[in-house]
Amino acid sequence: MADVVKVFRTWSSPFALRVIWALQLKGVEYETIFEDITNKSPLLLQYNPTYKQVPVLVHNGKPILESLVILEYIEETWKENPLLPEDPYERATTRFWAKFGDDKLVPSVRGVLMTQGKEQEEGIPVVIETLKLIEEQLKGKKFFGGETIGFLDIALGWTANLMCVFEEVTGIKFLDAETFPLLSAWIENFSDVSVIKQNWPPRDKLVLKFQAAREKCLAEAATK
Amino acid sequence: MSDEVVLLSIWPSMFGMRVQIALEEKGIEYEYKEEDLANKSTLLLKMNPIHKKVPVLIHNGKPVCESSIAVQYIDEAWKDKFPLLPSDPYHRAQARFWADYIDKKMYNASRKIWETKGEDQEVGKKEFIECLKVLEKALGDNPYFGGEEFGFVDIELVPFFSWFYAYETCGNFSIEAECPKLIAWAKRCMERKSVSKSLPAAQKVYDFVLQLKKTMGLE
Repeated sequence: MADVVKVFRTWSSPFALRVIWALQLKGVEYETIFEDITNKSPLLLQYNPTYKQVPVLVHNGKPILESLVILEYIEETWKENPLLPEDPYERATTRFWAKFGDDKLVPSVRGVLMTQGKEQEEGIPVVIETLKLIEEQLKGKKFFGGETIGFLDIALGWTANLMCVFEEVTGIKFLDAETFPLLSAWIENFSDVSVIKQNWPPRDKLVLKFQAAREKCLAEAATK
Repeated sequence: MSDEVVLLSIWPSMFGMRVQIALEEKGIEYEYKEEDLANKSTLLLKMNPIHKKVPVLIHNGKPVCESSIAVQYIDEAWKDKFPLLPSDPYHRAQARFWADYIDKKMYNASRKIWETKGEDQEVGKKEFIECLKVLEKALGDNPYFGGEEFGFVDIELVPFFSWFYAYETCGNFSIEAECPKLIAWAKRCMERKSVSKSLPAAQKVYDFVLQLKKTMGLE
């Protein structure tokens, strides 16, 4: 029986990109359904009643939610090009850093992107310190996964495209090559992988989107 | 080669209880080391330099941090013993989803119940009950979250049960009145030796919360 794989995503969601990359790296055929977040489809709401969000992977009619959970599912279902190491300890370490990226880096970046003045100033060192911890994980490696990209490269991959977008929107430099030589090299190498390169959303559209999101957030904060 | 397994935790930590239950279910011999968070040991700071938190599982000198990751590690490193996650990828994904939901939603909502008063506390209670109701629905008529067998999601959630009396007393409400099926599930889990051994008595947790509130100036 042929597999039917669908991905519910938006054009810009970095979490949905993780799913796309993993499926393409494993040569899995899938259908894309683009969602409009301001007007979610009944199907999305049916598949994800808990969070009502993208991405959702639907495999033979069964929905899988939360991008890191989806990555683990993809890894266990399609065995080509394994993304996780085999050793349990290395798997635990990979999972730890993927979680770290989501629990620490994402909120710290959001904390600078969506604020201004003193609040923003105080948020910058938090981003830098978090990035330094991640930079250390690249010591002696081309990718987080070693010689080829793996689970952690995919989990952190949003930084390769979005950090420079956020730098443009805020006018703040986070990732300079002098402070972060390993991450800077990784961004180049990662972005050069064809599956990654061919899926980046258009940069100018991303800048506009995040500029608008920042303005909206600052306006809302001002009325409180 | 015999394994050396150490668990660094504090007795009221729900997250530490998860790891302990997993070790007990697998019949793994381990040494439990009680930490003093006001005076963290050199071992803890060395094993978890990033977060400096408990629990930390140390297996042959190598640390595994974050309770959900440690439970999965235990399942994979001792895969020939009682499996904690289902074997089918879709059911594994569902288990991971609910574990993630519990981590994202329950803990923060639960803190509001004993850390705050008045309006904030009411918000916390409402959020907490909503979470429990979602989980109760996911449980359905099954004896355990994984179906017939005790497993990962049960391990992730049941430690909160040791804190229920503290939440109820601080928040002046009854969890059983709102979620009777979930309480029945928790009591079923408590019949397992791994769970009853790892969860502290409800009164002890409540006394601990009262002490915490005093220390934090929250009375």
